[in-house]
Amino acid sequence: MLTGDCMSELIPVVSDGETALSAAEIALIDAEIAHVPYRSAVAIDALKIVQAQRGWVSDESLRAIARHLRMSAAELDGVATFYNLIFRRPVGEQVILLCNSISCWIKGCDTLQAQISERLGIGLGETTADNRYTLLPVTCLGACDKAPVLMVGEELHEDVSAQSLRELLAGSGDDR
Amino acid sequence: MSLDLPLTRNVRADRSPTDLKAYEANGGYRGMKAAIGKLSPADCLQIIKDSNLRGRGGAGFPTGMKWSFVPMDDASPGHKYLICNADEMEPGTFKDRLLLECDPHQLIEGMICAAYTIQADLAYIFIRAEYHKAAELLREAIAACYERGYLGNNILGSDYSLQMQVHSSAGRYICGEETALISSLEGKRANPRAKPPFPQVSGLWGRPTIVNNVETLCNIHHIIERGADWFQGLGLTEDAGTKLYGVSGRVKRPGCWELPIGTPIREIIERHAGGMEDGYRLRGFLPGGGSTDFLTPEHLDLAMDYGTIGKAGSRMGTGTMIILDDKTCPVGFVKNLMEFFARESCGFCTPCRDGLPWSAQVLDDIEGGRGRPEDMDTLARQVEFIGAIGNTHCALAPGAMEPLQSAMKYFREDFERHISGSACPFCDGGAH
Repeated sequence: MLTGDCMSELIPVVSDGETALSAAEIALIDAEIAHVPYRSAVAIDALKIVQAQRGWVSDESLRAIARHLRMSAAELDGVATFYNLIFRRPVGEQVILLCNSISCWIKGCDTLQAQISERLGIGLGETTADNRYTLLPVTCLGACDKAPVLMVGEELHEDVSAQSLRELLAGSGDDR
Repeated sequence: MSLDLPLTRNVRADRSPTDLKAYEANGGYRGMKAAIGKLSPADCLQIIKDSNLRGRGGAGFPTGMKWSFVPMDDASPGHKYLICNADEMEPGTFKDRLLLECDPHQLIEGMICAAYTIQADLAYIFIRAEYHKAAELLREAIAACYERGYLGNNILGSDYSLQMQVHSSAGRYICGEETALISSLEGKRANPRAKPPFPQVSGLWGRPTIVNNVETLCNIHHIIERGADWFQGLGLTEDAGTKLYGVSGRVKRPGCWELPIGTPIREIIERHAGGMEDGYRLRGFLPGGGSTDFLTPEHLDLAMDYGTIGKAGSRMGTGTMIILDDKTCPVGFVKNLMEFFARESCGFCTPCRDGLPWSAQVLDDIEGGRGRPEDMDTLARQVEFIGAIGNTHCALAPGAMEPLQSAMKYFREDFERHISGSACPFCDGGAH
C-alpha cells in the first residue's frame, strides 16, 4: 500500500533552499489544528502559514507540511494548486494583483496591464528580473466604484491612472 | 422624513471603522440582549420568518425558511455551525466590503443572534484573502466581544455559549458557493457538493450548518430588536427591508447605497449614481452582478426587488448593477465575463470545465474579427445545454450563461456586425 511518504516521492523536488518546517511555523500550524476535528483540515491554513514565512510553497515545504498533517503530499498538492493565492512557484517580493473583472475592464484594466507590462517588462504570471514584482490577475476585488483597481502586496489602490501607476511603480523598470 | 437605514447607520463619510464603544453608544448589541435569555430560539426563528427577509448573497432564498431545516433540540445533539459568507467575489459586487470595513460589530451582533436561533456553538467568518483590512478589524472586534462577555461561554450569564473565528481564504470565486465554501473550510479543494444532503442537515464536518451572506446576517439583530412588522414596512414593494444597491461602470458617481428594497432602478442610476458620464449613453445593465441577465433602458422604471426583476427575465442577484454604455463593446463585455467564469470553474464537471472555455473561445473569435455566422448557433446551443440547471454540478456555469444569452437577445446586431465586418466595430479590443 502506498503511504503518504511513498506518494510524496512521486513529486520532483523544487527547492527553496530550506528544509524542514521551522519551530515557529509548527507552532502556528498546531494552534490551528487545536480548533479542528482532524489534522488535514488545516491544510490551507498551513500552506498560508508557510507561504507567509517563505513567500511561496516549495516541494520540500509541501512534503514537510504533508508529513506534519499526516496526509499524502499528492493530496496536499491537489489542495495547494487549487487556490490561486497559494504560490507553488517563487514570486517576487511583492505580488501585484490586477483586477481584470468586468467593471475594471470597462474602465480600462487592459490598458493598465499593458502599462505595467511595458514598465516592468513582465506579463501575467511573470516575475521581474530583479525579483521585485510578480504580476497576477485576480477576481473582482470588490471596489468596482473605484475601478480600475489593483493590489500591491496587501495594499489596495483605487482609481488607478497612468499617472498614479507611475508613482506606484517608481524606482522600478525604466527609472532604476 | 429621513429614511430608516439600519445597515449603514454607523457608516461614516470617511469609511473609518466603528469600534465597540461607538457601536454600543449608538444602540449596538441591544438586539442581542433582546434575544439571548429573553426570547427562545423558536421565537427568534418565527420573527425572522415573519419578517420575510431573503438572502442578500444573490439567490434570495427566504432566510427563516433556510434556518427552519436545522434540526433542533433532541434531534441534534452535538455541534452545529453558523458560517458567514464574506467571500465577496461576484464581478461588479462591492457591498459586503462596506459593511465589513465600516461596521464589523454589526455583523458580529447579527451572527450572535443567528447562531443563537439555530443554537450553533461555533461561528466562522469565511472571508476572501484579499480583504486584509476587514479580516483584521473583525479579529479585533471578536476579541473585544470575548472581553465584554458577548462571545464565549455563558453569554450575558445565560446558558448559551458561542465561539467565533475568522477564516481567511486562499482565493477562487467558487468558494462563494455555500457547499464549496464548506469544502474549503474543511481544508479541501473547493468543489461544490451534491444536494441533498443540504448543509442545514449535513454541512461542515458533517454537522448541521447554516451559511449566510454578510448583508443577510447584518439584518438579523435589527429585526429581532425592532420586529418583523418594522422590517416589512421598510420595503417599498412586496419584499421587505432595505438593500445595499451599487452601480459601477460609466456613471458620474459610481457607488453603493442602502435604500428601501424595491427602489426604482432609474432612481438608483440617475439620482444616486448621477446618471451616465457625459458623452456616454446607457445601453443596458446587469442588475445584480456578473451572473445576471442584461436589462435595458426600457426596464429603468422597474422596482429593484426579487420578484419584479425576476419577471423581467433577470435576477436581482447581489443588487450591484454593472452599466453597459454605448462606447463599450457588448461582445467584449460578455467575453470578459465568460473568460472570468471559465477561469474560475472548479473543474469538477465537464460541461463547466470544458464548456465555458469553448464559449470564451467562440466569443474571442467573434470579438477578434474571426467569427463565422454559424458561431451564433454554437453559442445558442451552449446557452441551451450549459445554461440549464441540472446539466452542471452547481450554478456557476448556468450563471455564466445569463449575460451571454441576454446579450444575444438585446445586442444581437452587435454580434452580427462583428461577424459580417470581420472586426470589432468598437475598435481593437472593446473597452477604451
